[in-house]
Amino acid sequence: MRESLQFILKRIFLLLVTMILVSFLTFLAFELVSGDPARTMLGTEATAEQLSALRQELGLDKPFMVRYIQWLGGFFSGNLGISYIYRQPVWDLIASKLELTLLLSLMSFVLIAVISIPLGIFSYRLTGGFWDWPRTALNQLCMAVPPFFTGILVSWEFGIILRLFTPGDFPSLHADFTRALQHLFFGAVCLSIPRIAMTVRMMRATVISEMNKAYVRTAISRGNDRHSVLTRHVLKNAMVPVVTFLGQTLAELVGAGIVVEQVLGIPGMGRFLVTSISHRDYPVVQAIVVILAFWVVTVGTVADLINQFIDPRLRASGLSGRLGGAAG
Amino acid sequence: MKRKINGYLIAGLIITGIILIAIIVGMFWTPYSPTAMKYGRFQPPSSSHIFGTDNFGRDIFSRVLKGAGTTFSIALSTVVVGALAGTLIGAVTGYFGGLADDILMRLNDAVTAFPSFLLALLVVSLIGPGKKYSVVISLGLVFIPSFARVMRTQYASLRNQNYVTGARLMGVGNARLLFVHLLPNTLRVFLPAFTIGFNNAVLAEASMSFLGIGVTPPDASLGYMLSEAQGMLAAGPWYALFTGLTIVFLVFGVGLIGEGIQMQNREVD
Repeated sequence: MRESLQFILKRIFLLLVTMILVSFLTFLAFELVSGDPARTMLGTEATAEQLSALRQELGLDKPFMVRYIQWLGGFFSGNLGISYIYRQPVWDLIASKLELTLLLSLMSFVLIAVISIPLGIFSYRLTGGFWDWPRTALNQLCMAVPPFFTGILVSWEFGIILRLFTPGDFPSLHADFTRALQHLFFGAVCLSIPRIAMTVRMMRATVISEMNKAYVRTAISRGNDRHSVLTRHVLKNAMVPVVTFLGQTLAELVGAGIVVEQVLGIPGMGRFLVTSISHRDYPVVQAIVVILAFWVVTVGTVADLINQFIDPRLRASGLSGRLGGAAG
Repeated sequence: MKRKINGYLIAGLIITGIILIAIIVGMFWTPYSPTAMKYGRFQPPSSSHIFGTDNFGRDIFSRVLKGAGTTFSIALSTVVVGALAGTLIGAVTGYFGGLADDILMRLNDAVTAFPSFLLALLVVSLIGPGKKYSVVISLGLVFIPSFARVMRTQYASLRNQNYVTGARLMGVGNARLLFVHLLPNTLRVFLPAFTIGFNNAVLAEASMSFLGIGVTPPDASLGYMLSEAQGMLAAGPWYALFTGLTIVFLVFGVGLIGEGIQMQNREVD
């Protein structure tokens, strides 16, 4: 028990280090490209006095490190800065959008986990038989369908023809929860199809390599049938890479979700990120990037911790050679 | 010894070959002008316009040919940038090891921890969206770490092989050793990685152009065309359908090639 507690603490420490590193690099990157925010906000007509007044108001007259520390402090107390375009606190702009993005990611994550694990085992069973080639072809085909294309097909079929939802018109989550959830569900389906295919492919490969190991041969030679060896011993061992992969998927979903939000008109954070990029609204971009990065490293850390409990051998080997919350 | 060629590899080569020929032909000749707006609005697919026409009365097949060319060339240059830089980094770190190896691989871990699409968006927002080269640079950068990791593992496992030691004793220079003697032996891992990278590049470029921060008009790319087509779904669903299917088959074909190569490698083992 002490060992695993030590491991958890170590992992959380590394998580914090990674978060600070990521936020610093992001802050630095935007510092280098953003030019003079005061001029961006006030336009070219502004007088020198107006500019320096605004710089003072935004704290831009202070040195870089001071501003970074203030920004980071503000970040943890919910003050993410002021948008250049909307002149409003960034947090007020993104809070409700963050909710939608996380809900969309979680819904498609549940779909992926629930469908691809049994399907992965089924896919292993098909290996070698007549159904082997249709399985491979279908798998590759599903991986080739981009979520925004599925999104277009879904909004055509279910939105325009069957009128189950209105693609451009997203109901407020609090006003009409069921309809909003239904809308999100269509997005989650589009998002999960290629990822289910990837997880199934990965799971099948893991089960195959696990079934070729010596302990399986021993178990079978002692009279166990393949099926019970698979369900009782192999699956547990095969789950470790699958959990890592699913953790990585959950992290990737927030990025992949951006396009789906755009197609189905879900006013989530990804869509806001894209418009902020086109408007060069750097405080918003910076805040969203850091929030998503924190989400990614946290998910990676949780996946690693789950793996410690599935496979205690990993605890002894320490941090499996990975920095921060790298979910790879 | 005659090696049996994998069926998936053949199927993939055929699909990709057909698309590639269409793209090359499309560079020099299209059935109609892809920009002329005179063929009648929203004509459904017919023998004269096999993919139909769009809201401006442009021939969609001609536009898809041009768009596929743009998408293909961007994806290819992106993955070449990523593969060249990644191979160089992987070769040096894997072969020599040491401090540079440690630092670069830790950096690599940190970068790959981040969702790649998000990273590409971040880079695009830093270098300015809406230009062809910014798509290539941002996606190329994002692809470097995965190639570096794959190639590093290869070089690290090959460096103590007898033929390498032999060549070194004969006084072969490092550069020649790395890229003339070792490189061909990494191909069996490099080629599948290249096909996967290419597919990711196609999908990422299409996503970015779809979002309006990748390729923008006058260059047509499949992603941008899909975002255009989305607004015309009710009047002309064939626009979205054929454009999307072109992306699907491009990725599917190359995916089968990668799968076939991997299977063939396994059979040889």
